[in-house]
Amino acid sequence: MNIFRTILILACAFLAVFGEATLSAPRHWLGAQVDLLPALMVYTALIADLPAVALLAVLGGLWFDALSANPLGLSIMPLAVIGWPIYLRRDLILRDLPFAQLVLGAAASALAPALALLLMLSGGKEMLLGWGTLWQWLVMTGAGAVATPFIFSLMEAGNRALGYQERVEAGFRPDREIQRSRRKL
Amino acid sequence: MFKQKNYLALGAVVFVAIVLLSLPTRATAHLKLAIGSWFLPLFGLAGAAQQLPADLADSVLSRRELLHQVDSLRRENQQLKEQQIQTVAIARENDQLRALFNWRKTMPWRLKLAKVVMRDPANWWRTIQIDLGSRDGLTNDLPVITDAGLVGRVSSVSLTHSQVVLVGDPNCRVSALVENAARDMGVLIAGGTLDTSLVELTYLASSANLKSGQSVITSGLGGVFPPGIPIGQIVDSRSVEYGLYTDARVKLNANLGSLEQVWVLFP
Repeated sequence: MNIFRTILILACAFLAVFGEATLSAPRHWLGAQVDLLPALMVYTALIADLPAVALLAVLGGLWFDALSANPLGLSIMPLAVIGWPIYLRRDLILRDLPFAQLVLGAAASALAPALALLLMLSGGKEMLLGWGTLWQWLVMTGAGAVATPFIFSLMEAGNRALGYQERVEAGFRPDREIQRSRRKL
Repeated sequence: MFKQKNYLALGAVVFVAIVLLSLPTRATAHLKLAIGSWFLPLFGLAGAAQQLPADLADSVLSRRELLHQVDSLRRENQQLKEQQIQTVAIARENDQLRALFNWRKTMPWRLKLAKVVMRDPANWWRTIQIDLGSRDGLTNDLPVITDAGLVGRVSSVSLTHSQVVLVGDPNCRVSALVENAARDMGVLIAGGTLDTSLVELTYLASSANLKSGQSVITSGLGGVFPPGIPIGQIVDSRSVEYGLYTDARVKLNANLGSLEQVWVLFP
């Protein structure tokens, strides 16, 4: 397991949550705050291993809820629900294609807030909902879609620059080499 | 493809989520504050980074500009001193009249300045975090204001930071009255999802005579907000539930979208 990749993913999730809490520019310009955790979960589920998916769901959700008025633990489930199916089917997904990343990012960014709202509504919570919520949902979906290919490029660049590469086994084995000579054995 | 370890990992994550969601409110609040404190070093860094341009600008101000600022501050100080003399005289007169009618003496507000360090990352809440906590004497439900008007109330307190739930959030209801002849009373509830400057004033009497531009202030009912804090101004009103009561839209005085510093009001 490449532990560095997991650390990088968690560090990015931490910074993403911090950025969402401190940067108010998207709120001013677009009327909604952008959530990058679903896009990061798409990357993690397609590239990293199972512990990374589980850790991102738990820690990312906890960090988000700790800075928000959400009930603690609420954001864990939507992230897990996004990450697991992608992880299980990742061999069938053309993950290197930016279009596939864009579509998955859009789906994940649309699903995460919808599931969070659904969980809170089923728990009887009263939230700030209205027609404007639809616009905020569209903004989150669009921004998540656009952000996903960037996250892929950024994380891969970070991984190449700072992480170690896995050793590739060569096909050549000296003990299996056919000895050719004119000498008679 | 669907290996057992996948199900075990998913089960573990769901178990953690369910345990956290079913914790008592008090334990959840403590846990939230503990996890939120991981971000404190970043808040410090962000604060320092925000302060840096201002410090740099201060260091390159010309002597002429500085003298101009000193001059305007002196003038402002003089005006404030004159206003204070008048205020003291009025307060003395107020005390004498209260004593004459045997009314309870009102205590002056004690204020503490706080810096807004972050906003709620979720779009469905309106909360902020300020850099004052229990070590500064903050407790739950203290009113938070700006010089323009009411902002909200303190909803949870940690040692160094506190969460403030803003006016317009479903968890911040305020008893308010309209400054008209009838002094109509209502309850301030959540407003629009996109425009943070508009909130809804509901349960007003069906006979309420509301006009655009009338001021809305806190009524003092409910025990959280003292009376007389300006909230905003009436924008429009409409009759609801077949004339059972009236709703009005209120434009808040305080700009909740760009809060940087707020005052916490101590009783």
